[in-house]
Amino acid sequence: MSRDDRVTITVDGVPVGGRAGQSIAGVLIGAGEQAWRTTSFASAARGVFCGIGVCFDCVVEVNGLADVRACLRRARDGDVVVRQHIAPPEVIP
Amino acid sequence: MTPHSIGRPGRRHVVVVGAGPAGLSAARAAAEAGARVTVLDASHATGGQYWRHAAGPHEQLTDEELRLQHGWDTYCVLDAAVRSHPAVELVTRAQVWAAERHDDGPRLHVLVGEPDDAGRVPLTFSPDAVVLATGAHDRTLPFPGWELPGVTTAGAAQALAKADGVAVGSRVLVAGAGPFLLPVAATLAAVGATVLGVHEASRAGALARGWLDRPWRLAGTSGKLLELAGYAAGHVRHRIPYRVGEAVVAAHGHGRVEAVTISRLDPTWAPIAGTERVVEVDAVCVSHGFTPRLELAVALGTAITTERFVDVDVRQRTSSPHVWAAGETTGIAGVDAALAEGWLAGHDAAGGAPDERRARTAVRRRAATHEVARRMAAAHGIPVQGAGSGPGWLRWLTDDTVVCRCEEVTAGRLRDTAAVTCSTDPVSVKLTSRAGLGICQGRMCSAAVTAILGAPGALESRPVAAPVRLGDLARAAGPSA
Ligand SMILES: Cc1cc2nc3c(=O)[nH]c(=O)nc-3n(C[C@H](O)[C@H](O)[C@H](O)COP(=O)(O)OP(=O)(O)OC[C@H]3O[C@@H](n4cnc5c(N)ncnc54)[C@H](O)[C@@H]3O)c2cc1C
Ligand code: FES
Repeated sequence: MSRDDRVTITVDGVPVGGRAGQSIAGVLIGAGEQAWRTTSFASAARGVFCGIGVCFDCVVEVNGLADVRACLRRARDGDVVVRQHIAPPEVIP
Repeated sequence: MTPHSIGRPGRRHVVVVGAGPAGLSAARAAAEAGARVTVLDASHATGGQYWRHAAGPHEQLTDEELRLQHGWDTYCVLDAAVRSHPAVELVTRAQVWAAERHDDGPRLHVLVGEPDDAGRVPLTFSPDAVVLATGAHDRTLPFPGWELPGVTTAGAAQALAKADGVAVGSRVLVAGAGPFLLPVAATLAAVGATVLGVHEASRAGALARGWLDRPWRLAGTSGKLLELAGYAAGHVRHRIPYRVGEAVVAAHGHGRVEAVTISRLDPTWAPIAGTERVVEVDAVCVSHGFTPRLELAVALGTAITTERFVDVDVRQRTSSPHVWAAGETTGIAGVDAALAEGWLAGHDAAGGAPDERRARTAVRRRAATHEVARRMAAAHGIPVQGAGSGPGWLRWLTDDTVVCRCEEVTAGRLRDTAAVTCSTDPVSVKLTSRAGLGICQGRMCSAAVTAILGAPGALESRPVAAPVRLGDLARAAGPSA
């Protein structure tokens, strides 16, 4: 891998370009995004908070697998990223 | 998977967890003292937080990227020494997710592969000695709106700039407490952000008492202080205002941060009414210190100090046989301390002779860096008591301030739960309110929950150091020879 290589991932089907070696969060922020998840309860937008894998605010679905920390995972060409919203479990009255 | 066994009889096997400054230094010392060494780090590269850098060969780093680094030559020499030593096995992308105590010593469970991927390769180690060099993460006090996108820790801004080459925003404000805010502001400016200001919560009096008291004691600590002085000069060059006794007390915006409220603080960090002003931003980076990553140490049964660091003796031994600790897990004292402590831990864990000349040098270095740490705590430490009940910063929390980011539990709900259940016991309030029970396992909010309830919390035990997928768990627990 050379540092000059570019990678292209898709986010909800839209292609987003980044530099080889960047994390998925790095690619998204580089493309001007700040939020890519909504929370279970308040449906509030979230993006990066801790940046080092501790808070889990930045999780996305990558290649069909949910709960991947975007700040830790390096982007690979062709990664299919989906913004994540997991509804809270239904409360049984 | 068969647990790794010791290669050669009589030769100690030391596993170092973490390849930051402390872990790399420990690995080299242990190998040079004759041990077989395995270094494990969850990240894709060595260097830890301090020397975090873009993925790929070092030679390919650009001048702009290298300008964000300090002591890069030290890192390259250390990294090369570790990689080229025939007795060292270095495994990156290796998440140690659990540790257990057995009669014959510690056992570490590891998953190797892309972070959070399914089907990572499980490994188990049963070494003679473990050196825990897992570092720390930012501690950020909650404030209204801190959950908005664009509000990050200072460490996140630093990590994204160093490893990804991106700025978290274009109009950025840096706030919180501690000397770490300075390099973060300098880095943000270097990657193209306009840094509107650095706002330090501690007031001039506390800063002077911490840093200027008995200056001769700082002799021998010049490295870190020169680095900080360099930032001060850099700030003048970049014209970033540095204000003390001020905090970001609220973030505002719809779906992302659009502005923050800054307020002056009294010495207990209570906001002073009438001093608020609103500043438009598109990102704000806030940290009030660091919290050590203790889960593996707790799982291995090591004693923890009242300040919640791993308790170690002069040789970096913990209270558990077979377990050493070094770096920010044992105190927040910066990179020079991490290097000195790592050397002592690795050397002793390998069974190196205690009275070597190099050991004496490391002990002296560590003592000097610990003086810096004491001053840092005195100058920038989060106040624990205020005039009324609890520290002053509690006064910037409104009832609808989110405290637990994962489960979206507000300060009001925490207080109500405590009132309704007649309990300020953090454990029972957490169980009822769900604060601290989310996927981060309370790492972001536990200390704040405890402060809000006004009751000291028990030490959190997290049997799983990092969440694992059920499939991987099944495989890791599968038939072992
Ligand atoms: C995000 C962040 C950025 C920072 N940037 C700077 C900076 O620019 N300048 C500065 O002076 N200080 C910085 N610091 C402070 C920093 O902690 C110290 O300067 C220094 O890096 C501490 O060295 P260490 O070896 O103790 O820990 P670290 O450098 O934190 O290294 C710990 C290593 O352990 C690994 N690890 C942790 N847990 C596990 C596990 N369970 N399994 C496998 N691996 C694990 C981590 O991936 C990491 O590489 C930063 C801190 C943070 C949190
Ligand atoms: S931003 Fe905290 S885990 Fe990714």
